[in-house]
Amino acid sequence: MIDFNDLDELLFTIQKQFDYDFSEYSKASMLRRINRFMEINSMTTAVDLQFELINNPKIFKEFINEIVVNVSEFFRDPSFYQSLTKNIFPYLDSYPKINIWSAGCSFGEETYSLAILLKETGMYDKTRLYATDISSNAIEKSKKGIYPNINFKDYSKNYFECGGQASLNNYFISDEKNSIINSDFKKNILFSNHNLVTDGVFKECQLILCRNVLIYFNDELQNKVLKLFYDSLPIHGFLALGKKESLRFSSVYENFKEIDRNEKIYQKIK
Amino acid sequence: MIIIGGSAGSFNTILSILNGLDKNFSVPIVIVLHRLKNYESSFEDILRHHTHYIVKEVEDKEIIKNGIVYTAPSNYHLLLEENNTFSLDVSELVNYSRPSIDVTFESASAILKEKCCGILLSGANNDGAKGLKRIAENNGTTIIQDCQEAEYKNMPNAAKLIYKYHQELNTKNIINKLNNEYC
Repeated sequence: MIDFNDLDELLFTIQKQFDYDFSEYSKASMLRRINRFMEINSMTTAVDLQFELINNPKIFKEFINEIVVNVSEFFRDPSFYQSLTKNIFPYLDSYPKINIWSAGCSFGEETYSLAILLKETGMYDKTRLYATDISSNAIEKSKKGIYPNINFKDYSKNYFECGGQASLNNYFISDEKNSIINSDFKKNILFSNHNLVTDGVFKECQLILCRNVLIYFNDELQNKVLKLFYDSLPIHGFLALGKKESLRFSSVYENFKEIDRNEKIYQKIK
Repeated sequence: MIIIGGSAGSFNTILSILNGLDKNFSVPIVIVLHRLKNYESSFEDILRHHTHYIVKEVEDKEIIKNGIVYTAPSNYHLLLEENNTFSLDVSELVNYSRPSIDVTFESASAILKEKCCGILLSGANNDGAKGLKRIAENNGTTIIQDCQEAEYKNMPNAAKLIYKYHQELNTKNIINKLNNEYC
């Protein structure tokens, strides 16, 4: 097990050796992820870990996948999707073409959830979804769009609570273990690697979803990333954060209006 | 800081503890309760209504202040940072739970060491046992609810099973101890 002192040194080594900068991530969560990784791989000291990371590229890849949290679900927080379809979709529909950025897309659950709702409201065909994540593992999995059946009972429940109009199974092809998303949903979604810490604006988007990603960053980094989102939105564009995240530390706070306080949906006004 | 863990059934005990504390009790209290996700529960509202405390469901990077009762939001793990703030995490369930009591106990203990007080109440699974042991190992204060009194004994029992030196107290004695030592 490592402590906060070891953590700083370890992150410094990782930055120097591999050019991954985690120095502005939330320390508590990072410490927990690293200790979990060490437990799974039977490592006991910071020295063990550093040795393996430097000398074993396979371990380093696994390490990155493990410490970058990629846990999500379809239609997480149904009340959020309800608000999105009610308050934001009608506005987006007034555009001839819609660009949406799903930042920190994990394994694609959130992006596909959004695509399904866009489909049901007849907006999918004119929408381009840009889904990005720091983890190449996450991007590969997102592109495949294969999910274990075991979670689908919860997903279906969420889907109906969101106001889903069909049956969630209609959008997947399943065998006895897994379900794969219909290929139609891959046409308008572009999954790609993007590092919120180091990469810049790549496309103007009318809606940016970045839910439960900022919680892994400290205040300063949150502020930088929110500035990046601000720069990527047109006037009147929308930003959706996780339920317990907020814009309040940000220098761009004044430039946004709250559309839904509980669901953390904001609109850029200046 | 006092951190209280339990499952939904320990709600009444929590209410009794909060109402039994001296009016000038100002040490921050954090409540990590297992509950259903996706439902806006009235838990915070009831606490607000039935106690004199300011009750806050934690938001990410919130600064920890005295005199406030904080609750862990459902579907997030609750952690402590070095700079006296909370942070949240949506990583996988721990002991089938998010928030997990173990996660908060362990994270708080790493920061607060001997200044951390963990209390584990009634509950139906093993969550909290490992974390409470960690608090004890870092010289913090650890209390489990009297197994005779607890509605679901699994939780305090599991803690006792892996570490036998926790103080086992009923609600009344938990209140007395907190008032004596933290007021």
